[in-house]
Amino acid sequence: DTSVLAGVYGPAEVKVSKEIFNKATLEVILRPKIGLPGVAEKSREQLIRNTCEAVVLGALHPRTSITTVLQVVSDAGSLLACCLNATCMALVDAGVPMRALFCGITCALDSDGTLVLDPTAKQEKEARAVLTFALDSVERKLLMSTTKGLYSDAELQQCLAAAQAASQHVFRFYRESLQRRYSKS
Amino acid sequence: MAEAAAVAAESLAGGRARAARTVLNQVVLPGEELLLPEQEDAEGPGGGGERPLRLNAGVRSRVRVVCGPGLRRCGDRLLVTKCGRLRHKEPGSGSGGGVYWVDSQQKRYVPVKGDHVIGIVTAKSGDIFKVDVGGSEPASLSYLAFEGATKRNRPNVQVGDLIYGQFVVANKDMEPEMVCIDSCGRANGMGVIGHDGLLFKVTLGLIRKLLAPDCEIIQEVGKLYPLEIVFGMNGRIWVKAKTIQQTLILANILEACEHMTADQRKQIFSRLAES
Repeated sequence: DTSVLAGVYGPAEVKVSKEIFNKATLEVILRPKIGLPGVAEKSREQLIRNTCEAVVLGALHPRTSITTVLQVVSDAGSLLACCLNATCMALVDAGVPMRALFCGITCALDSDGTLVLDPTAKQEKEARAVLTFALDSVERKLLMSTTKGLYSDAELQQCLAAAQAASQHVFRFYRESLQRRYSKS
Repeated sequence: MAEAAAVAAESLAGGRARAARTVLNQVVLPGEELLLPEQEDAEGPGGGGERPLRLNAGVRSRVRVVCGPGLRRCGDRLLVTKCGRLRHKEPGSGSGGGVYWVDSQQKRYVPVKGDHVIGIVTAKSGDIFKVDVGGSEPASLSYLAFEGATKRNRPNVQVGDLIYGQFVVANKDMEPEMVCIDSCGRANGMGVIGHDGLLFKVTLGLIRKLLAPDCEIIQEVGKLYPLEIVFGMNGRIWVKAKTIQQTLILANILEACEHMTADQRKQIFSRLAES
């Protein structure tokens, strides 16, 4: 099973070279399970960072930095979606003001057009196309999409619709786990 | 089949705003919109009910509601920005619609004007001290902001000292400034905290719980042995008791209080009182 450990630090001090005068500087650091972080990690970090930029209310904390550190514990497919979900939960837990929640869903299309949600590593390798979407919680709008492979326009719409339907399971999980956390106090 | 219907209903419910009154003391998530009482009267129950005829249509009595931490104004509605329990306080003197806020649990402090905090002096530069309060930047404290301090009579503050003070300037655009006197010029308990004792960090929610008017934890702790405690709203607590062992016991109790239920706490206190 894919699992990722996420930690959010912020709003904290930021170096003068990186500070933005009117909003918070968001940083994402993704560490793979083995080896040094490479270009693939860098591109995933940018994708996660751009999703967070759209959702976090950075204007409330100008000249500060909000850093998310992600450590991959095990990777069995759909890693980017898992990182997005972990980042969202970590931001909520840290009390960073956000205008909505977001979740990540991965879709794989194999050679005969069947759609598989949350594919395993094997399914991702054999698929014709792998699409990852980040959806927001208010109106299920698309925040970020990254795709790899060959697919048609109609298939893209089909995958997006399936992802929107699947996202409510993820949001329900968020709600239940947060309610459990606040019920203990 | 039932699950599909429930899931479909939930997806619709996610899009519509709910009345703030119906969600009081429940967990709310970022992104939810809440309607204030006067608006839900206007939007009405569905479409079937009859509206009373008003003589001066368009003039509604406006109630002034204060939007507290965790909520932002978004048009006419309240947008929830932090996860937590929604709380409401009725207005004391009758004017306005009260205060709504979200009780969230977090560890990171953001300076707020008027908060009393414990800071650690990190640098002395010219006429001001830089004090670390746990926020995104160090607060500045002027050497004249102590009781009885004049240009000739400087306060005895070294780097590394603990200071209990309050913020006079704390907003997102400026560097926070704190002082150790109140508006009349008296110290009122603020200033440099004594040398012994132990400083430790807890979550902000626990501090608010301990500082609430009838907190049982503090009363019970006070019965155990004589002690001094200072609570800073930035999550820092300083305790001092007669011996180091007692101080450490106190620190452990206060840190563990967050996760214990009332019964477990009473058990621990009774065990300590016996020994």
